[in-house]
Amino acid sequence: MAMRPITFFRAGSIDDAVAAVSANPDSAFLAGGTTEIDLLRLGVIQPTLLVDVNELPLTYLEDTEGGGVRIGAMARMSDVARAPRIVERYPGMSQALLLGASEQLRNMASMGGNMCQRTRCAYFRDGQSPCNKREPGSGCSALTGVNRGHAVLGTSDHCIATHPSDVAVALVALDATIRTIGPDGTNTIPIERFFLRPEDTPSVEHPLAHGELIVAIDVPNVPVARTSRYVKHRDRVSYEFALVSVFSAMRVDDAGNVAELRLALGGVGTVPWRAHRAEEALIGRPATPENVAAAADAEFADARTTPMNEFKVTFAKRAIVRELSEVSS
Amino acid sequence: MAINHSTAPADTGVRGPEREPVTLDVNGATYPIELEPRVSLLDALREHLDLTGTKKGCDQGTCGACTVWVDGRRVLSCLTLAMSCEGHQVSTIEGIAQDGELHPMQQAFVDHDAFQCGYCTPGQIMSAIALLREGNATTDADIAEHMSGNLCRCQAYPNIHAAIREVRDADDGG
Repeated sequence: MAMRPITFFRAGSIDDAVAAVSANPDSAFLAGGTTEIDLLRLGVIQPTLLVDVNELPLTYLEDTEGGGVRIGAMARMSDVARAPRIVERYPGMSQALLLGASEQLRNMASMGGNMCQRTRCAYFRDGQSPCNKREPGSGCSALTGVNRGHAVLGTSDHCIATHPSDVAVALVALDATIRTIGPDGTNTIPIERFFLRPEDTPSVEHPLAHGELIVAIDVPNVPVARTSRYVKHRDRVSYEFALVSVFSAMRVDDAGNVAELRLALGGVGTVPWRAHRAEEALIGRPATPENVAAAADAEFADARTTPMNEFKVTFAKRAIVRELSEVSS
Repeated sequence: MAINHSTAPADTGVRGPEREPVTLDVNGATYPIELEPRVSLLDALREHLDLTGTKKGCDQGTCGACTVWVDGRRVLSCLTLAMSCEGHQVSTIEGIAQDGELHPMQQAFVDHDAFQCGYCTPGQIMSAIALLREGNATTDADIAEHMSGNLCRCQAYPNIHAAIREVRDADDGG
């Protein structure tokens, strides 16, 4: 399919990039392009000006005060996944990155772009079906359509599209912060506030102004994350989106009770899903299979399922039980 | 392998949507051509430079047939805009053989019958050479995982993996 004609501007500085996008309401930043070029060719998104940010000096990883890591927005997934400081401090994040996409795509895709990637809901991507995310007010074809892969948490009457990212699941568990520069200056956004649930406006996915560019992701020092893990369950063993994925980092105290727990889920939410309820339910208790199952039940108490995706609730609960039992043993 | 990030050209302003002069560096040669900004690297190679070794399979980043290297890293040329490659070094299957001799990975694919229809083969070979350079081909599982972005509908995977193992284990491997 031929892409619509576009204009192209290679930004030489962050300021130039922000100014170029801010000045043109039909413009968009172009990072790795792995989602964006695809959606442009499909006609799902229709910017007339692409502002290429690939040459910006944002590919760094550096330590922050207090033992965290700042990841430049243009750092590529493959480089971040294998950076020693990520592997050592946040192995679950490294695993999440390496379980996403293919090596070619990981070499292209940037961390900032990953945060902004779009859902793979087939009705969003086909460019024609009613879709409130693509065409606000047109309806949601997935509600009664083929929705086996769709979300069961954080849904609304207007959208049940699953958030596709793996690494974002790790980042919500790690309480990362998104740093931006936009027409109104710099901004920092706690990552859970960066991903908006669909509610009444599925087309609004992030609290970003037009022309606001992600420049870095800050990951704080999280000692328990040194033993974190990411497990991804899917229809084939590689190069596939998650049906259910689990990021977990847990510390059990001398009395055998859960002292710290960071738990987040992929494949089940409209946003990368921090399992706050499950965390709260387990803190101070032993991570017995019964207690973990009860915590998982609490997390999915408000799950909204369809006949095709209700299996995800059982699947996710079992995945959580297996994962936390393994981590604690 | 060291990543050689060539210096990008200076600010060239907003270009397009009509054809604009673009200089592409492919397999060590410099090609001054004219392209619309919407042209992918894949289409630039095939339709403008007559380098048709790189194949168009899905044209949506799913199959890996269009795998090339940019600055030595394997990427999908269908999801890369040609204009964004200015100042970078593109390598394609046509640049792999040296002095009339097949690259060891090409020879291994021949020796192991690592293809049937052959359409995915250029992408498989570009991925396979890069995989050995990346150093993540220790086990069979590693090879399967890191080659998963290259689909082969003829299911030649066992022979592709055998070819990769042979080059990996050769003294001058790749």
